[in-house]
Amino acid sequence: MPGIPSEIWVPIQLTIELAAITTLSLLVVATPLAWWLARSRAAWKEAVAAVVSLPMVLPPTVLGFYLLIALGPDGPGGAIASLWGARTLAFTFTGLVIASIVASMPFVVQPIRNAFAAIGDRPLEVAATLRASPRRAFWTVALPLASPGLLTGAVLGFAHTVGEFGVILMIGGNIPGRTRVMSTAIFDFVETMRWREANMLAGGMVVFAFAVILLMILIEKRFARARG
Amino acid sequence: MSEGETIRAAFKGKLGSFSLDAAFVAPAKGVTALFGPSGCGKTTVLRCIAGLQRLPDGLCVVGGDVWQDPNGAFLPTFRRPLGYVFQEASLFAHLSVRRNLMFGAPRGEGEAAKGKIAFDEVVELLGIKALLDRAPGRLSGGERQRVAIGRALLTEPKLLLMDEPLSALDRTSKDEILPFLERLRDRLSLPIIYITHAIAEVERLADQIVLMEKGRVIGSGPLEELQSDPTLPLAIARDAAVTLDGLIEAYDGRYGLVTLSVRGGSLVAPSAAASAGEHRRVRVIAGDVSLALGPPGLSSILNVLPARVASANAVDANEVVAVIALGPDGTGARLLSRLTRRSWEALGLAEGASVYAQVKAVALAPGRGELG
Repeated sequence: MPGIPSEIWVPIQLTIELAAITTLSLLVVATPLAWWLARSRAAWKEAVAAVVSLPMVLPPTVLGFYLLIALGPDGPGGAIASLWGARTLAFTFTGLVIASIVASMPFVVQPIRNAFAAIGDRPLEVAATLRASPRRAFWTVALPLASPGLLTGAVLGFAHTVGEFGVILMIGGNIPGRTRVMSTAIFDFVETMRWREANMLAGGMVVFAFAVILLMILIEKRFARARG
Repeated sequence: MSEGETIRAAFKGKLGSFSLDAAFVAPAKGVTALFGPSGCGKTTVLRCIAGLQRLPDGLCVVGGDVWQDPNGAFLPTFRRPLGYVFQEASLFAHLSVRRNLMFGAPRGEGEAAKGKIAFDEVVELLGIKALLDRAPGRLSGGERQRVAIGRALLTEPKLLLMDEPLSALDRTSKDEILPFLERLRDRLSLPIIYITHAIAEVERLADQIVLMEKGRVIGSGPLEELQSDPTLPLAIARDAAVTLDGLIEAYDGRYGLVTLSVRGGSLVAPSAAASAGEHRRVRVIAGDVSLALGPPGLSSILNVLPARVASANAVDANEVVAVIALGPDGTGARLLSRLTRRSWEALGLAEGASVYAQVKAVALAPGRGELG
């Protein structure tokens, strides 16, 4: 983009890419998980819910530390990386995506689970009496009815990934062009006393956050109106 | 009744602190009312029939098709050819009325062509044409329930289950829907199991009745028979009445009266114009029937019928309910008569006694032509 120095523009691009891929992956992974958490009667499901929620309370450095080990050459991440001849997933963009998925998971699972729980049994029972198989009931009834929750989850997941700092720094190492995203770039600019650049990125984040929240409120209002 | 023409259901088990042990056989035609006080297990039975709830040793055979048997056979709900109308309409909030209606309709042109229940017919029957493109959130309670009934019908069910479809509605909406239900019963040859705790709905709609109390079936059979069975709570209730099938013989326009024949006699009742040969539901309240030993002289009472006392039961210390069989030989339809014990003794009445039943009021259900 003309007029914007690449040391600012590249982290922005990378951040959007990371957040988009993370959000899409999270919707695919978190939706079935949230469905199971909302509907299962298994006694141990709350243990699973607690594990999923851990990143919400753990210090990012703790989460980042264990992710670093897991993604490193001696962890499962290293084994996966060896499939295409690499040594490790740490300090790579792929590693950032995996770490972001784990770190943002609770922010996506929670609203979707609540949305599924709020639907209750009745619409699914109705669907069954109308010949809908459980699969069809999920796609044509549960998912559309829970769509505000999915939207909230996606927005929160995206925003949280954009804002993640500690985990990213531990896993990514702030390598320009590869793993330096907006949050770590701001940190870097501040460290080197480049207030103007830091301000450009930080100010942009404030505007972005405002836009996200406004958008969410407007969409929720539209949903509420459509449902009457 | 052969297996192919009945609905057989038997469910037994504990649900929390409630124990259910209910079994009945009903003909697979007309309206069968599941009747009983709130909390007697009616809804649980209906949910078991639908497969929404599973009691391990349950049995459910509809028109010869096994939906569940104690050997472990269990058809999941979505494979059972049934329609279900819940107490609250439970329309899908994210779909328009039209798409709600079409949700369960068989898809594919071939099927639609041979389908028995056409979309336009249902829309017309339920009077919901103007609502088709609206969102469910913008409908009144009565409109919503009509759409829910239409949605269930369009799945082309072999059995329609209705769980107190009127109970969540106010008086006006109830009055708005009842005629639609009567039309449904008369126009479609579809067996219906209808849950209610309102005897008025039973009297207007039901052909058979299954009486429930505390998780058990205490009686089942044709409505007329159970209403006049003094061992069941219906006959000794304060508002006890019998419902008879009447065949219109003549209409007297000068006085606005019809003459109907019932088994063992004929009745005269006020009515709008009606043509001979039509069947009408006739309701006679126990409190409107008094007994005399001989034919009374001149009287304002139009209906005086020779009959015999079939049985009598004390309601309390001072009141008696007698079952009266019409006809001089007592082989006709049965009425109930509520009288004081003093009258009972003064007339020297006993089972088998010949009496004249004087019927003060006869109520007719509206005919098909009057439903608009």
